[in-house]
Amino acid sequence: MKFFPLVWGNLKRRKLRTSLTLLSILVAFVLFGFLCAIKQALVGGVELAGADRLIVRHKVSLIQLLPESYQARMERIPGVAAAAHQTWFGGVYQDPKNFFMQCPVVPEQFMAMFPEFLLPPDQMKAWLATRTGCIVGRNTAERFHLKIGDKIPIMSPIWMRKTWEFDIVGIFDGAKKGTDTTSLFFRYDYFDEARKAQNWGTGQVGWYTIRVKDPSQAAAVARAVDQEFENSPAETKTEPEGAFAQGFANQIGNIALIVAGILGAVFFTILLVTGSTMSQAVRERIGELGVLKAIGFTNGQVLALVLAESCLLTVLGGVLGLGFAWLLTSRGDPTGGMLPLFFFPVRDLLLGLGLSIVLGVITGILPAQQAMRLRVAEALRRM
Amino acid sequence: MSEQTPKNDALVRVDGVEKTFRRGSEDIQVLSKLSLRVPAGEFLALMGPSGSGKSTLLNLIGGLDRPTQGTVHVAGERIDSLSDTQLAAWRARHIGFVFQLYNLMPVLTAERNVELPLLLTSLSKAERRKHVATALAMVGLSHRAQHYPRTMSGGEQQRVGIARGIVTDPTLLLCDEPTGDLDRKAGDEILNLLQALNREHGKTIIMVTHDPHASARAARTVHLDKGQLTNTGPQ
Repeated sequence: MKFFPLVWGNLKRRKLRTSLTLLSILVAFVLFGFLCAIKQALVGGVELAGADRLIVRHKVSLIQLLPESYQARMERIPGVAAAAHQTWFGGVYQDPKNFFMQCPVVPEQFMAMFPEFLLPPDQMKAWLATRTGCIVGRNTAERFHLKIGDKIPIMSPIWMRKTWEFDIVGIFDGAKKGTDTTSLFFRYDYFDEARKAQNWGTGQVGWYTIRVKDPSQAAAVARAVDQEFENSPAETKTEPEGAFAQGFANQIGNIALIVAGILGAVFFTILLVTGSTMSQAVRERIGELGVLKAIGFTNGQVLALVLAESCLLTVLGGVLGLGFAWLLTSRGDPTGGMLPLFFFPVRDLLLGLGLSIVLGVITGILPAQQAMRLRVAEALRRM
Repeated sequence: MSEQTPKNDALVRVDGVEKTFRRGSEDIQVLSKLSLRVPAGEFLALMGPSGSGKSTLLNLIGGLDRPTQGTVHVAGERIDSLSDTQLAAWRARHIGFVFQLYNLMPVLTAERNVELPLLLTSLSKAERRKHVATALAMVGLSHRAQHYPRTMSGGEQQRVGIARGIVTDPTLLLCDEPTGDLDRKAGDEILNLLQALNREHGKTIIMVTHDPHASARAARTVHLDKGQLTNTGPQ
């Protein structure tokens, strides 16, 4: 710490140059924060997936339905603890841009399968007692100012092509920060009976989630489920919940690779900008470095001083950039519902901090070595 | 080989020193078989024309460079065979430098500039502050402690440079043209200060200068020409 005034003073020497470099680092880290949040939004479901849950869908496509009768057969398969189904409702609330997922479910089975959704017991009781009842995630409830007791009209272009009306009886929260609380769930019995009128889809569901007794046996259970329905009109494809979520994300592309590619290009540019700043800074004060050596600073201490300067620059820019990114992303999903898991994870924030230090070391190491190797007498002549 | 003031108990002992620099494919000999003794407590002026090797000799005595041949002893320690790291530690302990162009850090206040050599010691912040205050008081600049070099006159900057040179109470103060960039009045003030440090505080000082007016303040003057000592001057 006793060398801090010297390091800080050197950074302040060329205020404009330092400010511009700082600004470029800051922008890079804001971008880093945003891309991490987008990545989290797109692939976060993979991380949040339960290790003991499998998704069973139609072998041909997710939009093909499966018989409701499969549930009982699945639950008889050794290794399966429970099963619950969901069906894509695809409804529109007021305007198509107000996107959020809606699914009919069997309340008790569904809430037991997904303990990450937290619903107060009295609201659960109300849901069981209300045939047209639905529960809404906190995120969507706050977004549209919905509250318990409200009626919510949802137009379904798939089912009945009509506006369905549900009574909001509960608002659920997420057990973890990344838990998606944008969805709306309503009762399957109400749904199934109502769709009889369209004479299509009755007794059929979108997909199943099954809980396995032993996560280490998940692959064997998945094979057993698919074998159970082999050669039937509705063959199944069973995969871990994480792989299912990954498959969804992969429809956009390899998100991690895209993000890494963009960030790689950005940080390579920053590397050149900061490296150039540090090289100039050292070249400009070769004489002063000679003075430091003359009064007794060792080569190692001079190396450390230059490295400390470059690290201070990048860490300062990094902290400011990450801070801004944190503030901007803490306002939530900027798309209005398309990216429900949009947030800047603490893990990535710490990664960003580490990256800022690494950036400082890489950009400072060459100028620092140059400073370290200076011959004192020669350096003093360049004062 | 020239030999000056042969004393075995000299603080500085330079024996048969040669220094050759390589410029392109050519070897340039700057010092040739030079020997010198400087007793403790002496104020010595090194005079000579440009390129005579004065600054090179000062650099060898201060451990900033190594001779091509010969030996340099300071305070009984042979310094020409020390490693870079050992030399840096030795300089911090034994040598105070005063430069022609002051060589202060423009980003630090006078107080922080003077404190620089103390950062390499194990002194506490309070002890460092105390030493700095004493050094600044000795050069008469206590009231300018918080000022940056750019707001000070050349004479004041040089006094800060001297305070930095003496703050660790070094064995030897080496001054390279300390009045070379100052007008006569400011130069006189600096010379008065150096004389006072020598007479009142017993500092051993070696000063390189072009200026006979400056060298007249020294207790002894030696002349260098073409890398060799030519005479001892007035004692």
